[in-house]
Amino acid sequence: MKVEDLIKTLSLTPFTGDIGTSRPVAGGYTGDLLSDVMGHSLAGQVWITLQTHKNVMAVASLRDLAAVIIVNGLKPNDDMLEQAAEENIPVLGTYESAFDVSGKLFKLLEK
Amino acid sequence: MQFEYFINGGDFSKAGQASSQFKKVLQQLNVAPHTIKRIVVALYEAEVNIVAHAFKGKISIELQPDLVSMLLTDEGPGIPDIEKAMEVGYSTASPKVREMGFGAGMGLSNIKNNADLLEITSIVGKGTTLKISVNLSKQE
Repeated sequence: MKVEDLIKTLSLTPFTGDIGTSRPVAGGYTGDLLSDVMGHSLAGQVWITLQTHKNVMAVASLRDLAAVIIVNGLKPNDDMLEQAAEENIPVLGTYESAFDVSGKLFKLLEK
Repeated sequence: MQFEYFINGGDFSKAGQASSQFKKVLQQLNVAPHTIKRIVVALYEAEVNIVAHAFKGKISIELQPDLVSMLLTDEGPGIPDIEKAMEVGYSTASPKVREMGFGAGMGLSNIKNNADLLEITSIVGKGTTLKISVNLSKQE
């Protein structure tokens, strides 16, 4: 499964347009504490969070994550989007909660 | 090979840049991905600690064929109780830092879990020095 498939299936807002949408998705990790994600996420996972600042992209890049999904209708800061473009990692959005979108992603990846 | 990076305390817009630059070096040298992950997690956490707590700091990295030695020295408040600071969940970070998702008290344990060696020395009111080593010989 690729990021572009997630965008379609989960009706996500692609804040970064076409950037990185062909990246493969290997799983997901949900969390808002950067050190938690740094310590526990795995390469290729999608990060589900409510954080909207550019340090998210530093962690996503250092851990080789596939994409970031911002929950609850929150919008990414401009500097987060700039950093995302630089790192070629897509930032996506949903109005759903972290619980709901995590559950849907989990189901999708089970198939 | 030697590498040096200078870190400004409080500047979160650049937090992680040194780690990101050094990660690219490791990738160019074809270091195993699992080892890169360990080095990068440890280095990033130590870099963010300087940004979150110190006035300024310096990262000196020595890259040898079988070992990465990272020395992080800062001018800052120092750590009064290192044992306490090592406890997961213990943090002295400001509310502003915590709002960003930093300062959850996981940084030092992340370093310890990913490093082959971690030595912390600190003088209260002067600063803190971290010596972190990761062996390169362990291939997955």
